[in-house]
Amino acid sequence: MSEIKFTIDGKECTARAGQTIVEAASSSGVYIPTLCNYDGLKPAGACRICTVSVAGRNMAACTTPVASGMMVENNTPEINDMRKSIIEMLFVEGNHMCPVCEKSGNCELQALAYRYLMLAPRFPYLWPRRSVDASIPKLYKDGNRCIQCLRCVRGITAADGRKVFGLVDRGGRVRIGHDPELAASLGEEQAKRAMELCPVGSLIRKGVGYAVPIGKRKYDGTPIGGELERA
Amino acid sequence: MGNNVSSKIKSIVDKYGGDRGRMLDIIRDVQEELRCVSDESVSEIAGMMNLSRVDVDGVVTFYHFFSKTPVGKYSVYLNNGVTAVMNGRAAVAKAFAEAAGTAFGGTTADGSIGLFDTSCIGMNDQEPAALINGIVFTRLTPDRAKSLVAGMKAGKKVAELVEEFGDGANQSDLIRSMVRNNIRRKGPVLFGDFTSGDSIKKAVAMKPVDVIEQMKISNIRGRGGAGFPTGMKWEFCGKAKAGKRYVVCNADEGEPGTFKDRVILTELPHLLFEGMAVGGYAVGAEEGILYLRAEYLYLREYLQDVLGKLREKNVLGKNAGGKSGFNFDITIKIGAGAYICGEESALIESAEGRRGEPRNRPPFPVEAGYLNQPTTVNNVETYCAAARIIIEGGEWFRKFGTNQSAGTKLLSVSGDCKKPGIYEIEFGTTVQTLLEMVEGRTAKAVQIGGPSGACVGKKDFGHRIGYEDLSTGGSVIVIGPDRDLLQIVKNFMEFFVEESCGWCVPCRAGNVLLLNKLEKVMDGHGTMADIKELESWCLTVKSMSRCGLGQTSPNPIQTTLKNFREIYEAKVRKDVDYATEFDLSRAVKASCEAAGRIPNVHEEH
Repeated sequence: MSEIKFTIDGKECTARAGQTIVEAASSSGVYIPTLCNYDGLKPAGACRICTVSVAGRNMAACTTPVASGMMVENNTPEINDMRKSIIEMLFVEGNHMCPVCEKSGNCELQALAYRYLMLAPRFPYLWPRRSVDASIPKLYKDGNRCIQCLRCVRGITAADGRKVFGLVDRGGRVRIGHDPELAASLGEEQAKRAMELCPVGSLIRKGVGYAVPIGKRKYDGTPIGGELERA
Repeated sequence: MGNNVSSKIKSIVDKYGGDRGRMLDIIRDVQEELRCVSDESVSEIAGMMNLSRVDVDGVVTFYHFFSKTPVGKYSVYLNNGVTAVMNGRAAVAKAFAEAAGTAFGGTTADGSIGLFDTSCIGMNDQEPAALINGIVFTRLTPDRAKSLVAGMKAGKKVAELVEEFGDGANQSDLIRSMVRNNIRRKGPVLFGDFTSGDSIKKAVAMKPVDVIEQMKISNIRGRGGAGFPTGMKWEFCGKAKAGKRYVVCNADEGEPGTFKDRVILTELPHLLFEGMAVGGYAVGAEEGILYLRAEYLYLREYLQDVLGKLREKNVLGKNAGGKSGFNFDITIKIGAGAYICGEESALIESAEGRRGEPRNRPPFPVEAGYLNQPTTVNNVETYCAAARIIIEGGEWFRKFGTNQSAGTKLLSVSGDCKKPGIYEIEFGTTVQTLLEMVEGRTAKAVQIGGPSGACVGKKDFGHRIGYEDLSTGGSVIVIGPDRDLLQIVKNFMEFFVEESCGWCVPCRAGNVLLLNKLEKVMDGHGTMADIKELESWCLTVKSMSRCGLGQTSPNPIQTTLKNFREIYEAKVRKDVDYATEFDLSRAVKASCEAAGRIPNVHEEH
């Protein structure tokens, strides 16, 4: 397989042909924040937090393939501030209740807010009216915490390939809907997987919970992206 | 759900062979038959087509003209765009609501009449206008609204309520619409003499690469607004490895204020279809798709008829243009009310029967477009120009216009001018010259390129219309001296909030935040800090958004902040750094009055 040379913030990196900027950066030990991206799922380009600048043009690093000689700007004050504003937008467009959320400490949105030193969002809260759906036997689906990253949409399908979850409505009203019958047939493993896929606390398993105590959760000790940067 | 309903849905699904790609047609027919697409209907459709229910629900809820709740036997969709508002839309809406006995956004108690707001329906030169069950009613007045409601209450057919017909083909038996063309200025490219068949015959006598070469020589750039060189697009598409290639015509003009495609589709469809055939020959496609916006559904039968005639004349069909082995035909696909479907990859998704969400690029449509095959998507006007370029030659075409913007441009002019309508002008014409042409000399501002374009003031009227200066897909709205610009900006931002597909965060949330902030300033609660924040948030939304919608939606705010900053500064408080958005005295005023109390809260101003 042919090797491609490119740079991120001046650092020389190598990639395999066909790799996205996020993948190539990761294998070169450079952290580009992602949220809607998930290993093994088709990139969605939905959250835009991985936006980088190439030759003055902004693009999502999760959906853009690396090209030879590409000069990627990643860690600049302008880009970082805009990334931070994306995190803040996600906090104000939903209703996030970190202190009481089972996902706290394992939540990627929360971890990114810490990483980007968000104190209070610059935007006024929108306080949307969103609902909690407890109709799925093995999962709670909480619209308040959902960030429409589409990880559940992309990652959870029925045996015949039909979508269990899907986007409904449009604009600021978009939300994750589900097929009631297909959702009812989700097994234990799939429910577990759905909760793992969800970067926030929007999909929570019923009947089990709080397995790992606060303080020992994923981002309690190590900031998100930290492992990559230490390597 | 009754068996009757179930069997109705079954016959609709069967009519389209249960084809997933015909989902929009299926939903449209169900809605037409049952006047809504309820949860039960969604389940039925999903069950019959072996799809996930949420897949069907996602499509139904994405499009403006599909509804989960009943829209009435008669559904009135009244445009709430800027020129409708300028021309007395509020009084017309009030008359509709009073006569019908229901507020907008709902249906009458007996379920007969539904009243709804809708975005620009392509009638900006004859507003206020409404669609009633797909039939266009223009130049509405409160009296006309009342008589329309009376007609509906009497159970008349909507077509019977049309009292007069517009000009030209609007009078033809297959259209019979009151829409007027308002063609004010004809130019050589679109309105030159044209004998059907000439262009395709000339094209097929050339090699496809030579057809593309003429397009390149002509320097033509896409007429939809983005301005990508058409010759290059065709070349990429033709060279892409494929089983099949497609030619798609983007007839989804949704930019508020544009209606040029409406007039082309009415008066020059043969030129358009022939241009598509030329494109098909150039890129090696056998199938063309006209993606028609739902608002122009009233033209469907007429366009089908034109296609039939072109097949008879062998402009289309087997051995098209008389070229043995070149088979090319065109089908029509109809949208369902979504501005974003004007974005080429969203249009393709929609044409495949899905939610009209833009795709991530790469791959571009010329590599993987419709059904993942190489596809060239061009604007209505672009194909017309292409047909002409083949007849007259690329060199002829580039003689018009400027170096970077060759040819002529069809503009849809509306707003505060005496002669609204369409104008074929040469690129390079100044705004001032245009204002004189349209008799809108008193304008204090001109919106060039619709909301996603720029709002320019008098000091910029010497600027030229063209890709290198003031770019436009065709919408030009003249704004007179007495208009409140901020109200217009707000109308545009409300439009973008409604029309964002919601996929990416900056566009979905950012536009709402921009609108709220704008309202804060308009309400007199802003400070200089708010103006700075508006500026900075505009930049964030533009630089982080996924597609052209979010990359341009802050333009109404951004360009008025640049060109009319004083109107913002006049609204904000300069004596404080922070002003609360909440005025307690005002908030409790009504309840205090009711209780006969004097509010005992501190008065701030």
